[in-house]
Amino acid sequence: METKNTPIFEEHLQLNALMAPFAGWNMPIHYGSILEETKHTRSSVSIFDISHMGEFIVRESPDTGSLDCAVTIPVLKMQAGRCKYGFLLDDGGRVLDDLIAYRIKSDEWMLVVNASGEERDYSVIGSRLAPGSLIENISARTVKIDVQGPGSLEVMKAVAGDGVKKLKYYGFDRFEFLGGSFIISRTGYTGELGFEVYVDADRGAELWNLLLKHPAVKPAGLGARDILRLEMGLPLYGSELSEETTPIDAGMERFLDMEKNFTGKDALLEQKKRGVRRSLIGFAVDGRRTPRHENRLVAAGADAGFVTSGVFSPHLNRGIGMGYIDAAKSEPGNEIVIDTGKGVIKASIKSVPFITSTSIKYSEV
Amino acid sequence: MNITVQDGYYYSKEHEWAKIDGKRARIGISDYAQQKLGDITYVDPAQKGKTVKQFDFLTGIESVKAASDIYAPLSGAITAFNDTLDQSPELINQSCYEDGWIAEIELSDPSETKNLMTAAQYREYAGGLE
Repeated sequence: METKNTPIFEEHLQLNALMAPFAGWNMPIHYGSILEETKHTRSSVSIFDISHMGEFIVRESPDTGSLDCAVTIPVLKMQAGRCKYGFLLDDGGRVLDDLIAYRIKSDEWMLVVNASGEERDYSVIGSRLAPGSLIENISARTVKIDVQGPGSLEVMKAVAGDGVKKLKYYGFDRFEFLGGSFIISRTGYTGELGFEVYVDADRGAELWNLLLKHPAVKPAGLGARDILRLEMGLPLYGSELSEETTPIDAGMERFLDMEKNFTGKDALLEQKKRGVRRSLIGFAVDGRRTPRHENRLVAAGADAGFVTSGVFSPHLNRGIGMGYIDAAKSEPGNEIVIDTGKGVIKASIKSVPFITSTSIKYSEV
Repeated sequence: MNITVQDGYYYSKEHEWAKIDGKRARIGISDYAQQKLGDITYVDPAQKGKTVKQFDFLTGIESVKAASDIYAPLSGAITAFNDTLDQSPELINQSCYEDGWIAEIELSDPSETKNLMTAAQYREYAGGLE
């Protein structure tokens, strides 16, 4: 399959980005230094081109309720102007993707999915919708730019007007700017105060360049994004979540609404009765070494699991990571050893997020 | 990729450099190597007193991208490790030919420089990669 470029590709090249393939897309990994971009996001404000992610519009009458059963998100309980995180599961309760639903109006939603799952998600969700319900894939004509960091509100006010400050955490609205009407949500993947902006593809480069004109703004790539999300203990599909895992394995039951029906619910109820064999944990290294994807986790001298993600955290000055470990050995505080294949690294299990004092206001959640 | 090459140093194909001072050599990695690795996050302290053979494993280095090996460009006994790298491995990114040196070796066979490249040769070699 040919690697695709986002509509902001030329801008990345002009900024001397290191580009690399990710989920079928040619994406900016960094613009000079992953660690500097990570630190800038927590101290000021960074912009990320996230146009590889997929967006669908679903239209159906609320009486139909087929979208509500297609995903774990209780889309009918959501108010218009709110976003909610959840999963697309198979019959076995395994995660086909994680996604965010935006309720645009009573009979219209936008679903934001991962790049890797876009085509499959579109056909799976489409096949679960009732006749007469509509799903449209708007990914190719949509640019998504994330504006993240303590300075992001000031930047967004300059772009879209003072009204942006009314957005609550996980709220969204349409705003008039760049000669159009576009969705801005107060969401993100960094743990900082932040916004995600959805504009027509042909306005993407214009928005990117407008944001860069703000003196506080610097571009950041997927390298920084990965460290920022891991510092917050947020899962990434393909690493912590996959078709091999259920939301219960991943300790994400709080994102499920078990009062409504959805594909995979019966399997999850079964799993809860049986109990989990393994758990998703966070861990911090005793020192600056970095755990890497698929390194083994050793607890009490025995192989007990594996690393799903590992990075060096420039804010904690140590290696951190997440992984699956035998449920009986998953207690925070437990000492573990990471086997890199060429040596071992000492670490201990930590509760996530690793960083708790950020510019996001959790009290609003 | 624009890279700098320090004149007067010797270079290996694996992108280590050696600065010879009598019977001793200071060892580090080249600008090409540090750019390829990205932000350096950790350097394994090389064990003082250990003897290494030319082109054998010297120590480990980690960056935001990967864990890699550093090879000894010359044979000898390790006499020093740059301890400032413990807390500031980014010195390798900032000053790979000076402050970001990695180890010092007491050479057992100074004639081994014949197996290394001069700055002019390395400039051509590294420029032809990628």
